[in-house]
Amino acid sequence: MDATTLGWWGVPLAILGGAIRVGTPLLWVSLGETVTEKAGRINLGLEGTLLMGAMTAYAVSLLTGNPWLGIVAAACVGTLFGVLHGALCSLTRVNDTAMGIALMLAGTGLAFWLGKPLIQPSAPDLPAIELGSWSTMPAVQAALGINPLFVIGVALAFAVHWAFGHTRIGLRLRVVGDSENAARAFGLSPSGYRIGATAFGGACAGVGGASLSLVYPGAWSEALSSGQGVMAVALVIFARWDPRRCILAGLLFGGASAISPALQAMGYSSGYYLFGALPYVLTLALLIGLGKPGPSDGAPGELSLNR
Amino acid sequence: MNTLAVPVASAPQPVSPPLTQRFAALADALLPAAAALVITVLLFSAAVALAGFDPLEVWSLIVMGGFGDAFAWQNTLQRAAPLILTGLAVALPAQAGRVIIGAEGALVLGGLAAAALGTVLAAQAPPLVVWPLMALAGMLMGGLWIGIVGWLREKREVNETIASLLMSFIAIALFNQAVETVLRDPASLNKPSTKPLPDAFLLPAMPGLDVHWGLGVGIVVAIIAWAVVKLTPLGLSLRVAGGNPRTALSVGLPVTWLTIGACAAGGACAGLAGAVEVAAVHGAANASLIAGYGYSGILIAFAARFSPAGVVPVAILVGGIAASGSLLQRRLGLPDASVTVLLGFAFVALIGCETLRGRSFFRRG
Repeated sequence: MDATTLGWWGVPLAILGGAIRVGTPLLWVSLGETVTEKAGRINLGLEGTLLMGAMTAYAVSLLTGNPWLGIVAAACVGTLFGVLHGALCSLTRVNDTAMGIALMLAGTGLAFWLGKPLIQPSAPDLPAIELGSWSTMPAVQAALGINPLFVIGVALAFAVHWAFGHTRIGLRLRVVGDSENAARAFGLSPSGYRIGATAFGGACAGVGGASLSLVYPGAWSEALSSGQGVMAVALVIFARWDPRRCILAGLLFGGASAISPALQAMGYSSGYYLFGALPYVLTLALLIGLGKPGPSDGAPGELSLNR
Repeated sequence: MNTLAVPVASAPQPVSPPLTQRFAALADALLPAAAALVITVLLFSAAVALAGFDPLEVWSLIVMGGFGDAFAWQNTLQRAAPLILTGLAVALPAQAGRVIIGAEGALVLGGLAAAALGTVLAAQAPPLVVWPLMALAGMLMGGLWIGIVGWLREKREVNETIASLLMSFIAIALFNQAVETVLRDPASLNKPSTKPLPDAFLLPAMPGLDVHWGLGVGIVVAIIAWAVVKLTPLGLSLRVAGGNPRTALSVGLPVTWLTIGACAAGGACAGLAGAVEVAAVHGAANASLIAGYGYSGILIAFAARFSPAGVVPVAILVGGIAASGSLLQRRLGLPDASVTVLLGFAFVALIGCETLRGRSFFRRG
């Protein structure tokens, strides 16, 4: 049985399932990047972190037999890359855009180098939360087999949003991101907060990578990521620096790339790539329509992109 | 007291700064690069040693594989050709203060335009007519694509870095869609591709070099770009517009159009890179064109400190390191991803060591 037994209902169901599957890594990387950018720093190198996370998670899961340990290891490696980016960009005259791309290259290379022996063996995947077990239809089961990392990601997004508004560290981080002078007047160290925020962003990107190698597609290969790490920067703008909207952004970008395969299952195959490009067109249209993002859009004032 | 009175009999003004000061300036310029070199060598040697290889052997193979003999040079220069152009694609908008990171998209669309035009014209005109037209098609396409980004920046205050990245994703989607549907050669089964150019229309090697004309084109474009930026009033206006837009406006420079023009010129370079890759290497537009040259170009331009002439040696160095990957794999079984790691380390060190600039330890007091 496939989508056709459900008739056209199979299409939205497959899109929803696909949105969650493809959207989970996007949710994680964009959530991390939101926190980084809220502190006034941009990290364009999350693609390298994502791949390092995916490779590490897969290797650790393979060695220990426990995918959760893999996820923890991926978060640790991501933190390391984040701290490196954060610390290097704190030096004067170091451009964060260029450093991000350089670290993207280094991370990608390292992941492919160290991951060479991991292409053949198969590591234990993260088990799904089966919300669809009531149904006998595999299509429903497949779509409702919810990835636990998605659930954790959603919870984390709300937690981060709450922390931005209600905790000392969240408020201070936003001060640092909005005005370095104000932060200094309060006696805060902008570099310290930015390194911390970049480390958090790196850890999230590492988990996003783990979601690629341990959940979907659920194996390690050099073609694992199709630029999800670079896309994170676009998603954050789409989410307008709101952690909760990262969930929506992840689902939308994920869903857009699931439209084509779902329609293809119904026998419609035209416009495969164009649907995939829709979210970018939408993000660009948003930027053009709304003009320069200002403080009322949640845009951090110290972010080099907003100057 | 008349402050304008100039003592007539005083010692002549020095025509150039004292020698020690000039040495300090030179050291200041070389220090970051030298520090980056040392850091890169140490880091990569450590990585290689940890992986169980002899660093000395690896380094000598990298030099051999990139620059050791005629064959290595040919391979190196072949790779450098598109990198020079994508480096310029970032360096030119940077003159106007714009950071463009979407050269990849302009490259693939430029390649697509050149391939589409080339296959149609090949039946009706000789190569010497078709090549310039293909180059022009690529440049127009790339120039238009990044020109839009510049226009959005100037007219709608859309950040050019993000917009160029988004436009790059859109370009790649359009490219894939076109190659798989309307422009697809029905004969290309496994790897969707446009119709191949006839063999006579593949760009030949430059005399005595065994490297296709794309390299020559890249170097000529780099020299022209350098000359325009450094020697002409247009270049000066551009740099003023980039360095201090308020001053530029107050002296009546058309900042908006200078910026859009610089972005379009950069895009044209990227589009030309795509056209050259199609005409000289792939013979058609297909997924091989999406090879990350656009992203490498960003790093090359930063490493060259946005000098259009400096892009050439940096691109050749990067091309050489990339070219040595296959030799490392054949001789030592070291994965070719190791050269990506080396390039990554090198760029991280280079960009990080920019912090040493202007803090010269040689200039005391």
